[in-house]
Amino acid sequence: MNDFSQAFLKAIQLIIQLDPDLIEIVGLSLQVSLTAVFIAGLIGLPLGAALALYRFFGRGLLVALLNTFMGLPPVVVGLVVYLILSRSGPLGALGLLFTPTAMVIAQVFLVTPIIAALTRQTVMDANDEFHAQLRALGAKSPNMMNTLLWETRYSLVTNVFAGFGRAIAEVGAVLIVGGNINHNTRVMTTSIALETSKGNIELALALGVILITLSLIVTSAVMSARHAAHKMYT
Amino acid sequence: MLSASPLPLKIQQLSVSRQGKQLLDNVNATIDSAGITIILGPNGAGKSLLLHIAHGLEEPDRGSLLWNQHTPKPQEPWRAFVFQKPVFLQRSVQSNLEYVLSLHKVPKTRQSLLIQQALQHTGLMQLSGQSARTLSGGEQQRLNVARAWVLEPKVMLLDEPTAELDPSGVATIEMLIRKIAQQNTKIIMTTHSLDQARRLAHDILFLHRGKLIEHTPAKVYFSQPKTSLAADFLAGKLLDTH
Repeated sequence: MNDFSQAFLKAIQLIIQLDPDLIEIVGLSLQVSLTAVFIAGLIGLPLGAALALYRFFGRGLLVALLNTFMGLPPVVVGLVVYLILSRSGPLGALGLLFTPTAMVIAQVFLVTPIIAALTRQTVMDANDEFHAQLRALGAKSPNMMNTLLWETRYSLVTNVFAGFGRAIAEVGAVLIVGGNINHNTRVMTTSIALETSKGNIELALALGVILITLSLIVTSAVMSARHAAHKMYT
Repeated sequence: MLSASPLPLKIQQLSVSRQGKQLLDNVNATIDSAGITIILGPNGAGKSLLLHIAHGLEEPDRGSLLWNQHTPKPQEPWRAFVFQKPVFLQRSVQSNLEYVLSLHKVPKTRQSLLIQQALQHTGLMQLSGQSARTLSGGEQQRLNVARAWVLEPKVMLLDEPTAELDPSGVATIEMLIRKIAQQNTKIIMTTHSLDQARRLAHDILFLHRGKLIEHTPAKVYFSQPKTSLAADFLAGKLLDTH
């Protein structure tokens, strides 16, 4: 127990001193996950909205795939992206394996289904509520889609943050395609796994504290945004 | 587009069935007078469905409904529809009105004038900045009417607009409806309330089980109903709706 509290104090010290290694790892984590979530949002938001509002060939299959992919184990995603990017894989020539770009790609695969599936549900619920009224007011399809997206904007932001939560916390995919290379592809989760197995509990704990704090900040930001919206307009 | 009068409204051999149930059965009627037309009948008579078809929200299986020889589409600004239960955007009262005007590409300069008018008519001026969803039931229905009125339509269709209101709310909405009719907007509205029909109607379409039983001037309907079904309804005898 004493060891633990000492390690914890040391961890806090590392954070307060802005330890360069720590900063680098946290920075890369944020960079990779934010980029991945940004790209996943660009794909997932319109995809989810389209699945909610339009009927087209293959829609049912796409929905089933999305729902399956939502719960995909990160290590499997990592493995697939690894195979695609490895020397003998179809995109091997790009030489992306063990780079932050590979980690972004893997996380895009992880996060896009989450954002798309949640967005589909959000927009579908809103459509149930608004469709008849908007149509009677004279809205055509494009107006309708814009209105629904705007009306659900707070929920959509929450969906994106849910995607970010998954990206920043997952370890399997980034470990496989990134390789956890020091000063290159080492992020918070992979470092925690590595440092723990090395017995370097201080750094692992410091990273854990930061990870939890980040989640806390994100969650409370989302909650207060929702609360403010609720107070203003319901 | 419809440039001249929207009337006459011609309903010919209109039939709709859903899931094996005949909801409207060979309805024939011509409405060509201004003022307030009430579609009256018990629940399940097909009143709302008829009104939906008149706004282009639903299509008949057979027959036709034509406004001055023109098939209605929902996005036509000369006609507005008021639901029993309105849904408002999560915005202010004023923004909800702006939304409708923007949908129909009314220039911004004209928007504020129309909004002022609609708010004034419906007594919502003080509430223009308030969130639409926090209004009381009566205020919401006034905003619902204002949202239809703001486009200055030639025809307003109202589906049981007072069914969920208290007596004073009913009185306010009925007063508004009369005011709108006086400004040469044709009103067609559904109700199951005989009292309301008595207070408002110029002419009455009495529907029962999807059939048009009679279409007569209100005075005639209430003093000497032509059919025994109408007489039964007037006498408060329950009509079987199934």
